[in-house]
Amino acid sequence: MNPDGMSRRQLLRHTAWFGAAVGFAVAGGEVISHIAGAEAAEHAHAKPTLRFAQVSDSHIGFTGAPNPDVAGTFGHAIEQINNLGYTPDFVIHTGDLTHLSSPEQFDHVKQMMTGLKTPHVFTVPGEHDSVDDAGQKYRQAFGAGSVGDGWYSFDISGVHVIALVNTLNLRKLGHLGADQLAFVEKDVARLSSDTPIIVFSHIPLFAMYPQWGWGTDDATQALGYLRRFSSVTCLNGHVHQLFSKTEGNVTFYSGTTTAYPLPHPGDGPAPKPVTLPAGKLHDALGIREVSYTTGETTLALKEQRLQ
Amino acid sequence: MDIARFRKHSVAVLAAGVLLAGCSASRPAATSGTSMPTASMSVTAPSAPVSGDQVSIDGFAFVPATLKIKAGTTVVWTNRDEEPHTVAASDGSFHSPGMGTGATFSHTFPAAGTFDYVCSIHPMMHGSVVVTA
Repeated sequence: MNPDGMSRRQLLRHTAWFGAAVGFAVAGGEVISHIAGAEAAEHAHAKPTLRFAQVSDSHIGFTGAPNPDVAGTFGHAIEQINNLGYTPDFVIHTGDLTHLSSPEQFDHVKQMMTGLKTPHVFTVPGEHDSVDDAGQKYRQAFGAGSVGDGWYSFDISGVHVIALVNTLNLRKLGHLGADQLAFVEKDVARLSSDTPIIVFSHIPLFAMYPQWGWGTDDATQALGYLRRFSSVTCLNGHVHQLFSKTEGNVTFYSGTTTAYPLPHPGDGPAPKPVTLPAGKLHDALGIREVSYTTGETTLALKEQRLQ
Repeated sequence: MDIARFRKHSVAVLAAGVLLAGCSASRPAATSGTSMPTASMSVTAPSAPVSGDQVSIDGFAFVPATLKIKAGTTVVWTNRDEEPHTVAASDGSFHSPGMGTGATFSHTFPAAGTFDYVCSIHPMMHGSVVVTA
């Protein structure tokens, strides 16, 4: 099996659907993205100002054939982060921590994440974490320090990070709501326009595939408040596959999952979990490293398959 | 038109049943939980057009999408998917917990009216219950 070839095929398929917004280079089992040219490569040896890791969609509690051991694969992801060769400044889990929002599943995933070797662990909820209580159990487990229905922001190494909740009050797509939009507007008002902005959400803030609910109905308004900033990077989960897109000053990156793959947009009637042939599951799962170096306008992302 | 569409769905459900049965033959441990509801699905689906008191959640769809009942009927939803789903009334009058594979949820409709609902996890899934006096 050739993991590089596999990934390249997947990426080519992505490109065929959506047109290439971002170029990818595949090297040594890692996918490294550059935006439009060599800027990132030139600065590759400068020491990053900020380094963090992203995991997503661990779905603790899922027991179906696509992955009968989601706790095992999430455990591998944690180990992989703990062996990056450096201590990430923080780790973000972009939602669907649990599969069914049960208290036991929240306990389990929270306990597992205490094994992450990093000073800070951040989360945003997925719709699986707010199945029947508008996110109350999620906020009990992970909501410390958040405001409203669980959103928050913080500054780290000169970067401003905003963590949004778009899995409540769903009609068809993800939804932020008036209170949260007001929060974003006020939150960034004091910042100078050259402050790099990173936004976390579970559901994509761009229209990845609205027919399956892969978009957020009022994201345009939130992104409007960020239009004056020279660098805005949005990282999301939910879709269980890598994808990226640039719209003006904003670049969106969908992350993969540690649990099970979903079909590519429009591939079949519904986003049902996919059962891969034996031995192929880890190729579809993974973690993401993100780094920012002062003076650059883009973040460097490195996708790692689950080992 | 409705019946034709429904028959097509039944065929798909039966085909899925066969596929699952094939899986459980080769991997009994992983699929033993799903083989039973699938078997009962293939029996009940053809006899339940738009009246009755059962709604299946199958392939990210409520089947039938519109159910017609008399006031006082208790409707039972059964999740046949590997994915969890919910049944959440658009007017807030009922809301199931998260339903895992094989889980059921029931709600009694005392009065006439049309009740639209979605799955709150996958809100592109729509259904409605039409209650007559």
